[in-house]
Amino acid sequence: MTEQTTPLVEMKNISISFGGIHAVENASIDLFPGEVVALLGHNGAGKSTLIKILSGAYKRDGGDILINGETADIRTPREAKKYGIETIYQTLAVADNVDAAANLYLGRELQTKWGTLDDVAMEANTREVMGRLNPNFKRFKEPVKALSGGQRQSVAIARAILFDARILIMDEPTAALGPQETAQVGDLIKQLKREGIGIFLISHDIHDVFDLADRVFVMKNGKVVGHARTQDVTKDEVLGMIILGKVPPGATAGPGAMKVA
Amino acid sequence: MADTVHSTTSGATGRAEGNLVTRFFRATEIDTRMLGMIGALLIIWIGFHILTGGLFLTPRNLWNLSVQTASVAVMATGMVLVIVTRNIDLSVGSILGFTGMIMGVLQSRFLPELLGFNHPALWIIALTGGIIVGGLIGTLHGVIIAFLGVPSFIVTLGGLLIWRGATWFVTSGQTVAPMDANFRLMGGGTEGSIGATWSWVVGAIACIGIVAAIINARRQRKRFAFPRRPIWAEYVLVALGCVIVLGAVSIANDYYWPVNIARRYADANGIAWPEGGLLISHGIAIPVLIAIAAGIVMTFIATRLRFGRYVFAIGGNPEAAELAGIKTRWVTVKIFALMGVLCAIAAAISTARLNAATNAQGELDELYTIAAAVIGGTSLAGGIGSIAGAMLGALVMQSLQSGMVLLGIDTPFQRIVVGAVLVVAVWLDTVYRAKAK
Repeated sequence: MTEQTTPLVEMKNISISFGGIHAVENASIDLFPGEVVALLGHNGAGKSTLIKILSGAYKRDGGDILINGETADIRTPREAKKYGIETIYQTLAVADNVDAAANLYLGRELQTKWGTLDDVAMEANTREVMGRLNPNFKRFKEPVKALSGGQRQSVAIARAILFDARILIMDEPTAALGPQETAQVGDLIKQLKREGIGIFLISHDIHDVFDLADRVFVMKNGKVVGHARTQDVTKDEVLGMIILGKVPPGATAGPGAMKVA
Repeated sequence: MADTVHSTTSGATGRAEGNLVTRFFRATEIDTRMLGMIGALLIIWIGFHILTGGLFLTPRNLWNLSVQTASVAVMATGMVLVIVTRNIDLSVGSILGFTGMIMGVLQSRFLPELLGFNHPALWIIALTGGIIVGGLIGTLHGVIIAFLGVPSFIVTLGGLLIWRGATWFVTSGQTVAPMDANFRLMGGGTEGSIGATWSWVVGAIACIGIVAAIINARRQRKRFAFPRRPIWAEYVLVALGCVIVLGAVSIANDYYWPVNIARRYADANGIAWPEGGLLISHGIAIPVLIAIAAGIVMTFIATRLRFGRYVFAIGGNPEAAELAGIKTRWVTVKIFALMGVLCAIAAAISTARLNAATNAQGELDELYTIAAAVIGGTSLAGGIGSIAGAMLGALVMQSLQSGMVLLGIDTPFQRIVVGAVLVVAVWLDTVYRAKAK
């Protein structure tokens, strides 16, 4: 791991509240290149809200976002994309009546010099990217509807990395998938890691992400309970963090940690 | 990994497997669904031909059929885009009526006072005026739907009433006639056809186009080393396309001018009346050419331009389209504006053919247009549809109607049959799609 370098993303003391309720309070997380960080917590713990600030869907009330050590001004999804932050939504957000290439380039289509769609070039690039991600993928001509959940997930991921994402946010990436497809997505994530992309995995189920992640951040009631390297803690200890806010010896406590008397 | 969608039974892995028929379709990549529609059309045609004792499949009837289909076919090309984005346009018949009336008044009341009757520019000004009005009406509908959030069903239902009423107000209900002589060419008829020579020219251009398209597609696939069709399949496709095109041209050319018109023409031009009559071919009718051009342009828009890609993406998943940064509202406005323009073109065909603009012009056309699109495989759930299919759907509807007219079936019963066919066609399509999954 590359602890020495500057973090790819650093979110410092982020706060946001909706109608007087602190959805996220003074939360700090970071992510290094080629690292997978899982963001865990119950539903309503604030993890999705925190990450939506990074993807530009919400505007923060306070705190700073640093990309490669420099302050980043992110207010809309478009601005986030400019920093190489791509989000894969839980609903996958694919148009399932068109094929993989059309989805990959949706909104950013390649055109020929006459202003028509350059389908052949788009398909060629799609084949190249998909070949890298999922060599078994052969169904380029079919609507995405006809694909399995894992294949659809790989289309969604390919769309993100096609445009040189450096920071990938995946919201419940395996929630809707069967065991085999989950394994497929797992392989995909390892592949992206090797390419130096930083990945945030958001999940409320520790089993989905524990084996994939290098580090975990746990949130509870809008605050960061603490974070730990997955090799230093057990699943049960992380569960304790999620449920009770109890920080085990292998983890670093955050502002949301249970006060030990 | 099975890479076939259509064969659900075999789960075949090898490409060489399967019988000759499936191999043929796989190699040529012909859409089996479209083929089913053509099959249904042929059954209808042959059925009527037998029932009418040989009246249906005559050059004259087929030529008339093509002219009668043109107006609804033009509107159906736009209706596909409307329905693909999960909208509906109930106002097309009324827009046709209104723009037709505008064009009628322009050319036979307003402009002659400025330019004089039979001025060569009359028709183009009238047509342009109608298209602008149609485009503006469509834009208005689109803006209300996209930016004010009123459902398209309601906006166009209102439009159905409003524009029909507005048609009445243009002339206080009077029929406007006759149309300008040049304008009338858009309606077909003896004058409004291009004759044998030009029909062959059009046919030849179409054949060259088919060959060029197939060569280009092959070259493009070669450029990126994609799998290509076997070379025999390319030849089969070229041959099939050219035979259909040239066959259609030859049928249009086999329909000759009626004797009295031919005689008048012979007298006027000092041609001696030959033994057995003067045979002058109609050739392809101008409204049919207009409809074909509309079909080609709309297919190009739908499949080759970003706009078309966005239309289908919005139909498939509006939320995903929005997240991908597509300006979905503007796309909606453009679709309805396009629909309005197509209504005006259809109005030109229909008023020219009738040689009059009336209050009732285009009544019920909205339903025939929607039916044509739906029979042609456009899914009301959005995301799926093809322009060619919708035009074929219009031809199916018109074939049914004109066949029943030939059989002497009363109008009320005709409607019952057309209604039943619509329901059955959509049911069959549902079954097909469920199986194709």
